[in-house]
Amino acid sequence: MTAAAPEHERAIEDSTYVVELDGITKRFPGVVANKDIGFAVRRGTVHAIVGENGAGKSTLMKILYGVQRPDEGTIKVGGTVVDLHSPSDAIGYGIGMVFQHFMLADNLTVLENVVLGAEDLHGIGGTARDRILEISRDYSLDVDPDVLVADLGVGARQRVEILKVLYRGAKIIILDEPTAVLVPQEVDELFDNLRELKSEGLTVLFISHKLDEVLRVADAITVIRRGTTVDTVSPQGITARQLAELMVGSELPTPQTEESTVTDQVILRVEDLVLKGPSRNVLDGVSFAIHAGEVLGIAGVEGNGQAELVEVIMGMRDQDTGQIFVDDTEVSKWHTRQIREAGIGYIPEDRHRHGLLLEAPLWENRILGHQTQEPNVKGGLINAKAARQDTERIVEEYDVRTPGIDVTAGSLSGGNQQKLIVGREMSHHPRVLVAAHPTRGVDVGAQAGIWDLMRAARREGMGVLLISADLEELIGLSDTIRVILRGRLSEAFDPDTVTAEDLGAAMTGADSSVTHPPAGPPHTPESPEGSAT
Amino acid sequence: MSRLEPRKILLPLVAPVVAVIVAFIVTSLVLLAVGDPVLEVWQVIFQPPLPRQTVNIINAATVFYLSAVAVAIGFKMNLFNIGVDGQYRVASFAAAVFAGQAWLPGVLNILVAILVAMVFGGLWAGIAGWLKVKRGVSEVISTIMLNAIATAVVAWLLSKARDPASEGTNVVRTRELPESSRLEGLAIVPGATNTVYTLIFLAALVGVTYWFVLNKTRFGFDLRATGKSETAAVASGVDVKKMTLTAMILSGAAAGLVGMPLLFGQDFSYGTTFQAGLGFAGIAIALLGRNHPVGIAFAALLWAFLDGQSNALQIQANVSKELVFIIQGVILFAVVIAYELVRRAEARMEQNRVARQLEERHAATAEQGVSA
Repeated sequence: MTAAAPEHERAIEDSTYVVELDGITKRFPGVVANKDIGFAVRRGTVHAIVGENGAGKSTLMKILYGVQRPDEGTIKVGGTVVDLHSPSDAIGYGIGMVFQHFMLADNLTVLENVVLGAEDLHGIGGTARDRILEISRDYSLDVDPDVLVADLGVGARQRVEILKVLYRGAKIIILDEPTAVLVPQEVDELFDNLRELKSEGLTVLFISHKLDEVLRVADAITVIRRGTTVDTVSPQGITARQLAELMVGSELPTPQTEESTVTDQVILRVEDLVLKGPSRNVLDGVSFAIHAGEVLGIAGVEGNGQAELVEVIMGMRDQDTGQIFVDDTEVSKWHTRQIREAGIGYIPEDRHRHGLLLEAPLWENRILGHQTQEPNVKGGLINAKAARQDTERIVEEYDVRTPGIDVTAGSLSGGNQQKLIVGREMSHHPRVLVAAHPTRGVDVGAQAGIWDLMRAARREGMGVLLISADLEELIGLSDTIRVILRGRLSEAFDPDTVTAEDLGAAMTGADSSVTHPPAGPPHTPESPEGSAT
Repeated sequence: MSRLEPRKILLPLVAPVVAVIVAFIVTSLVLLAVGDPVLEVWQVIFQPPLPRQTVNIINAATVFYLSAVAVAIGFKMNLFNIGVDGQYRVASFAAAVFAGQAWLPGVLNILVAILVAMVFGGLWAGIAGWLKVKRGVSEVISTIMLNAIATAVVAWLLSKARDPASEGTNVVRTRELPESSRLEGLAIVPGATNTVYTLIFLAALVGVTYWFVLNKTRFGFDLRATGKSETAAVASGVDVKKMTLTAMILSGAAAGLVGMPLLFGQDFSYGTTFQAGLGFAGIAIALLGRNHPVGIAFAALLWAFLDGQSNALQIQANVSKELVFIIQGVILFAVVIAYELVRRAEARMEQNRVARQLEERHAATAEQGVSA
C-alpha cells in the first residue's frame, strides 16, 4: 500500500481519504518549520507520523487541530478543503486531539471531566452518563464515569482523554506521543483500544518516534524529517532500522557502553534518604553509591520520586532524614552552591525552569550555576570578557547553533539550549554529573554527541547519575540500572541482560521486587526487600 | 555581531516615548471633554522654565531619582517595595535627630547621619523582608502597612524629640542642624537665586553604584538571575531567601537616602512639613525608567518637570494643577502596557532573526559543500 501523497489531488472524490494535507508550510521561529508537507490518510486506519524530536510533528498536528494556522498549503477533510481557525472548528469537522500532557482536572470525576465544555451535547446528568457508558462499551475503553480522575492511573487517564474526544463526536483522533507516559504493558492495552477504534470505522493519527510501536500498530507510516515529509510507507516490508534511517537520514546512533570503566572509588554516596510527602514518603529510604567511572541509571515512570531525588542531591530541597556524601565528606546540609562547587554538575530535567535564564544572553547563561567559578568571576566581580570567550568556545565545541553569544537563550531551539547546558556543565569537569533526561527534546545528532561526551567523561573517571525515561538510553549508557517506584529503589539490574520488558514490569510494580515481598513472577530479582543499603 | 547594534539601543526607547505621546493625547481628550483650553495648557506646560524653576526641577528630580533607584533595586528581583515612603520617613527622622545633636563636627556629622539614615531605612525595609522570608508575607502588603506604622511612629517620636526652641509655636520639628552641617548648595544655574542640592552628587554616586553592583558583580548577577527566574537561580546555587532579605534591606537603605538632600540642603530639621509621598513617585519613575540608572534619571527629570510646570496652570490657563496627575497617571499606565508589548515583540524578533541567520548560514555551508 502506498498512500501516495503526490496523487491525492486526483483522489478528491475518493472518500476513502478522510484527511489530505498538501503543501503545508509553517514558518515558526526558533524551531524546525513545516515545509511542503503532504500526505493522505485513509478512513478506518491507524496512520502513524514518525520523526525525531523537533522534526515538526507536533506543529503539524497543531495545524491539523486548528491551534496554529499554516502559512501555505491546504487541508482537506473528507475531500473538502477546510480552513481551521480554532480547535472548535476542528472538532466541527470531527477532528479530536489527545495531547501528550493530559488536560484533566484531578478533583473532578470522569463524568465531570468529559462533559466539561461540552455541556450542551448531552447535558451533565443521566443522559451524559449513559452516553459515556455507551462509548466506553462500544470501544472497550473500560471507563467508569463516577470515579475521581485523581484515583486513576496513567493508562486510565489516557482512555478518559480518548473518550472525551469521542464524546465530542470525533471521527479522526490525533494522539500526540501517546506512549511516552506509558509502560510497556499499558502500551499493549492502548494498542488494543486503537484497533477497536479502527474496526469501528474511526481514523487514528498516531504521532510517535518509537519505531517498534509504530510498526506494531500502524497501517501506514508517514516519515517526517527536518519539517518535511520524506515518504509514506507501509509497515509490511520495512524494518525499524530502515524506518529509522528514513527518519534521521543517516546512520543511526545507538547508545553503547564500551568496556566497563567502573573503579572501586565511591564518589557519591546516598544513604537512606527519606523525604516526606503529604500522604506517603516521596523518597522512602533511598540508598546508592556511584563510583568513579560509573553510570548509574534510574528508570521509572515519571512522578515516582526522580525529580525529588535530584533536588535533594543538588541541595535544592532538604531531606527529612538520610545522608549524602561526596567522597567521604558529608554534604547533606550543604547549600546548592557548595554542592556545585564540590564538583557536582547538573543537567536539569526542565531546562526552562531550572537550567536557563531565557531572557538573558548566552554568555550570561554560561555563568549561571557557576557564578563563583573560573572563568566567570574574578573575586567578587563578573569577568565578562573571560566568560564571553569561554561561551564562544562552548558554542564552537558543542555545536550550539546560534548566530552569536549575545542572543537570548530563549531564542534558541530546545536542542541547542540543551547543548549549551551540557557544554557549560562539562566545562567545569564535574566529578559527578546529575543528568535528568539529558537528551529529551534533542535531535538525533545532538543526542549522539551528548552520549559520546558522557562516555568520554566516564572514561576519565566521572560518575553519572542518569535519570531517563528512555529505556534504550538507560540500557545503552548505564553500568547499573535501578528502578524507582513510589520513592523506593529496586535492586540493581545488569544492563547487559535486562530487557525493556523487565524494567517495565519493575516500573509498574507488576514485578514484585519493589513493593510486595515474595510470591512474584519467576524472574523476581534476589532480594525481595526493595532498596539495598 | 556587535553588542552595540542600533536596534538594541533604539528599541527600549520606543516604549517610554510612545507612552508619553499617548499620555499627551489622552490628556488633550480629557481637556476637550471638559471644555478646557487644550492649546493654552500645553503652552503653559512647555514654556521654558525660569532659572529659579529650573533649579527646583533639578532638585525635585534629585530626590525622585534616589527614591526610584530604591524601588528599582526591589524590581530587579521581582520585589515590589511600596514602602519607600515609610522607609525614608523613618530614616530622615533618625538622621535628623542624630545630626541635630551635633556630636560630630561639620561634614563628618553629615556623613555619619547619612549612614544612620541608611541603617534605619534598611532596618525598616528589613522587617518586610524578614516577614517575607520567614512567614511568606507578601512584601506588597507588609511594606504598605509599614508605611502607615512609620507615619504614626515618627509622629509620636517627633513629639518626644521636639526641639525645645520650637515649643509654643505651630512648628513641630527636631532640633536644627548646626550651621557647619548645612549644605549651601551649588549655584550652577545662572540667574537663579536658589541653589542646586549639593547632595545631587549623592544621587549620582548612588546611580553609579547601582549600575556597577548590578551589572559587574557576582552579587548583582545573582540578584538579577533571581529576578529573571527564581527556579533557575535556586538551581544555580543562589540562596533566594537570603537574597530576598538582602535586596529588601538594600532597597530600604537606598530609600533612607531620599530625605537627605532635603534635610541637609533645605529643611535642616525633620518636622511636620517634611515632604511626604516621594516613595510613590519613585515607583512610577522606576517603571518609566525601566529600572535603568540612566533611564531613571530621564524619568525623574520628566516627572519633576511636569510637577514644576504645573504650578503655573491655575494662574495662566485657569486649569487646576492636578491635571498633571492625569498626565503622570496615563504615562505610567501606558508605559507598563508598552513595555510588555515591546518585550514580546523583541522576543519574537530575536527568535526570527536567529532562525533567519541560521538558515542563511546553513544555506551558505550547503553551497560550499556543493562547490567543493
